[in-house]
Amino acid sequence: MRVAIIGAGIVGACAALEAVRAGLDVVVIERGSVGGGTTSRGEGNILVSDKAPGPELDLALLSRKLWFDLGDAVGAERLELDAKGGVVVARSVEGRRALDALADTQRAAGVTAESLDDPRTAEPLLAEGLPGAVWYPQDAQVQPVLAAATFMTDAVRLGADLRQGTEVVAAHHRPDGSIRTLDLACNGGTERLDVDAVVNAAGTWGGTVGALLGAPVPVLPRRGFLIVTEPLPQPSIRHKVYSADYVANVAASTEGLETSSVIESTRGGTVLIGASRERVGFDTTMSPTIVSTLARLAVELFPFLAHVNLLRVYRGFRPYCPDHLPVIGPDPRVPGVLHACGHEGAGIGLAPGTAALLVAHLTGADAHADLGLDPRPFLPDRLLDAMEGAAHA
Amino acid sequence: MPEPTTTSFTFDGDPIEFVRGQTVGAALIASGRLSWRTTRHAAAPRGVFCGIGVCFDCLVTVDGHPNQRACLVLARDNATIATQEGEGHDLG
Repeated sequence: MRVAIIGAGIVGACAALEAVRAGLDVVVIERGSVGGGTTSRGEGNILVSDKAPGPELDLALLSRKLWFDLGDAVGAERLELDAKGGVVVARSVEGRRALDALADTQRAAGVTAESLDDPRTAEPLLAEGLPGAVWYPQDAQVQPVLAAATFMTDAVRLGADLRQGTEVVAAHHRPDGSIRTLDLACNGGTERLDVDAVVNAAGTWGGTVGALLGAPVPVLPRRGFLIVTEPLPQPSIRHKVYSADYVANVAASTEGLETSSVIESTRGGTVLIGASRERVGFDTTMSPTIVSTLARLAVELFPFLAHVNLLRVYRGFRPYCPDHLPVIGPDPRVPGVLHACGHEGAGIGLAPGTAALLVAHLTGADAHADLGLDPRPFLPDRLLDAMEGAAHA
Repeated sequence: MPEPTTTSFTFDGDPIEFVRGQTVGAALIASGRLSWRTTRHAAAPRGVFCGIGVCFDCLVTVDGHPNQRACLVLARDNATIATQEGEGHDLG
């Protein structure tokens, strides 16, 4: 069975490795280079802390386990996988109450969470006088571009065919509507590829790729800025540290700008400072206002950062789905097309669980029994009625 | 009296002459120095690489402030420039 995976970001690369391990004939088609899209524009979050109980948290808990299984299988150093843990800081007494209430519901869903009266016991450089925090030891970090490259390297070693600089320009269907061939464009030439299945792992561009396959999905860009500081002596910031309002920002659906603090150091010693969210299409314009806001919020949490220089700022586009859940599974409109996109800001963390679900769909395995995860909440079907309604409105 | 066109700063205690408008990096190269820092992990020599503020290879400490890009910082009279050691910061 030949599967074409469109997109070699973290989701496509991880899916390619799992699919080739499952014995499938895998071709990966990547318009640019491995991990060069949204995968390269984040921090490498593997978070359970920012998710309320529900399908996304279930997928996050499964993926967190699978990340460390993958670390054992391919080598944690080849991913810069680090079980550093997360500290979520409340900025007010009411904020702490809400944070503790969230942690209670998360604990019931299988998350390890410990309330801290003094956040500085976990993170000594935090500002004094913060009213409390919750410590989440399961939160982890990975170097996402390195991880995508490692997964892709191993997939190719096991027989996957990687086509970089190659774009899908058309899809052809059988009389029964199922997918049959893809037209690929590379270096000015075109090529036809016969396929049995196609995986849309195009991330933020999943809407466009879906439409090309005859199976559009409502994935939209949600822009985010990140600041990179000069390298600091280690350890500086020991864990993933973010403010409790980040959870509300992630869950919000507004188009307007939302900012909250997400701060951590990297293996190289730099500190990454986020996070902003806004729906402005694919606009890459630099925003000094947003960058200043992120810097100010970060200095409120970590006063020592006021004396640290910024190296650069980068920005990217999260693949946003209207209901904040990724789209994973077969499209009912076009047999042979499966989606694996729309993870918003959680695609790095959720990649291994997504890959496992996909392979279960491709091989006909029972995801519920094998993975302990109900695949139904992620199916594209839930989005199609709304799209239909919008099309006729 | 015309304003003198050359003047000097110190680099690790040595006087370095420069022409007004020159960067610290240009003055260090003119003095015959091609590298003035070593990398944090492999201790490899580093000086001006890109010359336009992008690569952060040419870092120096200027009047006590670490991580200054020699290719961008204008040379100033009597400035105290020093080889940067490690990250240049002490977080205590």
